Amino acid sequence: MTEATRTGQMLAADGTPLKRSLQRALRAQKLRALMLIAPLLLFIMVTFVAPIADMLFRSVENQIVSDTLPRSAQAIRDWDHNSGEPPSEDVLAAFTIDMIAAVERKQHTRLGTRLNYEQNGLSSLFRKTGRGVGDIGETYRDQFAALDPAWTDPGTWIALFADPSWQADHDAWEAARTAARSAGRSFAEPVPPFRLKDGMAGVLPETADAYLDFARAVQGGRNGDPAARAPWPPVYLALYRDLTAVGVGRIATLDEAAQALLDPAHYAVRGFERADLAALYAGIDRAWSQPDVWATIQTFSARYTPGYFLTAVDLKQTPDGITSQPADQKIYIMLFERTLVMSLTIMGACVLLGYPIAFLLANLPMRSSNLLLILVLLPFWTSLLVRTSAWKVLLQQQGVINDILVWIGIVDNAGRLILINNQTGTIIAMTHILLPFMILPLYSVMKTIPPSYVRAAKSLGATNWTAFWRVYFPQSVPGIGAGCILVFILAIGYYITPELVGGTSGTFISNRIAYHISSSLNWGLAAALGTILLGVVLALYWTYDRLVGIDKVNLG
Amino acid sequence: MSQMDLPPYATPGQRLWHYTFKVICGLIFFFLIAPILVIIPLSFNALDFFTFTPGMLAFDPEAYSLKHYRDFFNSPDWQQALANSIRIAPSATILSVVLGTLAAVGLSQDHVPFRRTIMAILISPMIVPLIISAAGMYFFYARIGLQGTYLGVVLAHAALGIPFVIITVTATLVGFDRSLTRASASLGAGLLRTFFKVQMPLILPGVISGGLFAFITSFDEVVVVLFVGSANQKTLPWQMFIGLREQISPTILAVATVLVAVSILLLTVVELLRRRSERLRGLSPG
Repeated sequence: MTEATRTGQMLAADGTPLKRSLQRALRAQKLRALMLIAPLLLFIMVTFVAPIADMLFRSVENQIVSDTLPRSAQAIRDWDHNSGEPPSEDVLAAFTIDMIAAVERKQHTRLGTRLNYEQNGLSSLFRKTGRGVGDIGETYRDQFAALDPAWTDPGTWIALFADPSWQADHDAWEAARTAARSAGRSFAEPVPPFRLKDGMAGVLPETADAYLDFARAVQGGRNGDPAARAPWPPVYLALYRDLTAVGVGRIATLDEAAQALLDPAHYAVRGFERADLAALYAGIDRAWSQPDVWATIQTFSARYTPGYFLTAVDLKQTPDGITSQPADQKIYIMLFERTLVMSLTIMGACVLLGYPIAFLLANLPMRSSNLLLILVLLPFWTSLLVRTSAWKVLLQQQGVINDILVWIGIVDNAGRLILINNQTGTIIAMTHILLPFMILPLYSVMKTIPPSYVRAAKSLGATNWTAFWRVYFPQSVPGIGAGCILVFILAIGYYITPELVGGTSGTFISNRIAYHISSSLNWGLAAALGTILLGVVLALYWTYDRLVGIDKVNLG
Repeated sequence: MSQMDLPPYATPGQRLWHYTFKVICGLIFFFLIAPILVIIPLSFNALDFFTFTPGMLAFDPEAYSLKHYRDFFNSPDWQQALANSIRIAPSATILSVVLGTLAAVGLSQDHVPFRRTIMAILISPMIVPLIISAAGMYFFYARIGLQGTYLGVVLAHAALGIPFVIITVTATLVGFDRSLTRASASLGAGLLRTFFKVQMPLILPGVISGGLFAFITSFDEVVVVLFVGSANQKTLPWQMFIGLREQISPTILAVATVLVAVSILLLTVVELLRRRSERLRGLSPG
């Protein structure tokens, strides 16, 4: 009796149970296959899938408003845009600090551009306001200066707001700089990053916040030194607001030097002349006294927005909900429809022209069909731009086709046909370019249809037509399906040919996406349009994979 | 007797249809081929016209010249574009072929988990509209500092060429006789030796034609290079695209003719390889 039959188990040559040994071999095999695939999968993930995912994310991303105007986005949340009034003084004060910080960082124009997509005129409004916002708070700065000239000294602010350890770091940095300069060496060491003194945010919250932003913005931009500059006038506005709100008891928690500075100011602010922020903003631009602009800021202060997708389907997000775009701006649905209709037309033309050719190739003897196949493969291998330039040359009004038509006498010289820079041009050129993609799958399906079926049908009395239509054609339908999906997928996303021969009436949605990326710089909208297009293509891709199997694409 | 031959007993109606069908097919072939062929004589035009001049139609030697070819070889713009194309396409091809062949060999093994999904991801660069790939790569490569660099363009083109390598190499592996690798292993060859001495020579035609596809993809590609590249990386198609969009100059026809010659060369090589491969694997008698 052998070992195996005694234990009831089959054993491999090395004595391990056969089942486990097989499993181990299988696992090793799987692992080896995955190891071979992994580098490429990783490569595609990084170079291709991640960029696409990044673009999808861009279509909803809207951090620019809440990043550039963090305080305003917070403060404006409770404002009622239907009140007919601009927001309260608190919101205006928060907006002033946000704006001046954005101006220092040169971000206000980018924000203006972003909001201009939602409401026309905001780009120039933000530019204009960027120039004027630095004056808001000057009234307070002058009054603080009159009270105690120390308020305009940068050192006063550093002593009041900077953390003692930062001040020590800063002194060390300054000493190093002086030493380097006197030794004639260049000194590129950055200023140590500003740190706020503990406890200040509890006593003077708005000022501490504004001063911190000031110090960071000054350091961030041209690597400036906050200890060498008096704060922006809007910081004095914050100081005024804090001092009118804070109690004496809070100031008493600070150190003596701070108390000596703040106590008289705390007493004096009650007598200060007030600046009317609403009037100051109205002075910069009338638009700020209307609720519209504020409503737009409020609506788009969320971190994620459906706004780009709504624009992509001709809708619009307003403070009062989703509405339809004005009629003169409804272009995207029309463009999507045009892309679909033209792609379907091209697909239809490809079936009509491709079917006879595939039929001929499939039914000729091998030798002649191989020869004719070259005629199909040559265009397939020829550069897309060569084919497009050929059509551009042929279809011109002074081009070869019009010349021939005039010579034959179909059209007279004055009535030369306009075949280019319109839909006709796009359809002709793209049908030519995509025709091989229809012929090749059709041909590979037709090659597998046994000729005996048609012969059988004929011998049973079918006419040529009946034999073709009832017997041959149904068997070629999978090829038509495969070819159609392939041609349609390729056509719907075409960019180069419509751009070059489509003029304005023959362009596709892809051309609009390219326009938004390179000319109008509305990347969010480009991403949203791209996401919709990608969705359509992937749905078709999935169908193709189910029907044909993506690895069975015939490349000739 | 082939299906397409007319039987001797055909009626006049059938005869008529038979010849009509051949004429229709002829016209479609003409539509396919004529636009490509017509630019070849036009590129020898002595004048800056895009149509046949009376002199050309009369075969007057004076009406033909190599002027546009001289323009192509003397213009620094075109020469830089040519140099860039020759620099970018081979690098992208090598990258696609090496990674693609490994993965195709991996995918052709039995018991690969998630084969369908992996395949769909690897083929997707061929399916996703170029403008979307270009837009995504433009944003993402700008973030990681690859936008406007040769490396960025090469990586992007390699990604676009990979599906072709996967498809052609997988197709060659379908008819691959697995007992050959087992025989090799039983004779004492290691994995690497088996791969290079047994498997590789058999799938080589597929690898080469996949490589040629990847090459032509990169060599012809314009959308992605427009976005991912900058003026320093402009390739021949880029220069052609700009030329066609702004002012079309007849030099483009000379460039187009050169590119047609390249395509014919590549097509011939691919066809010869395909036939050789089919013969090797015994798939076709011809």
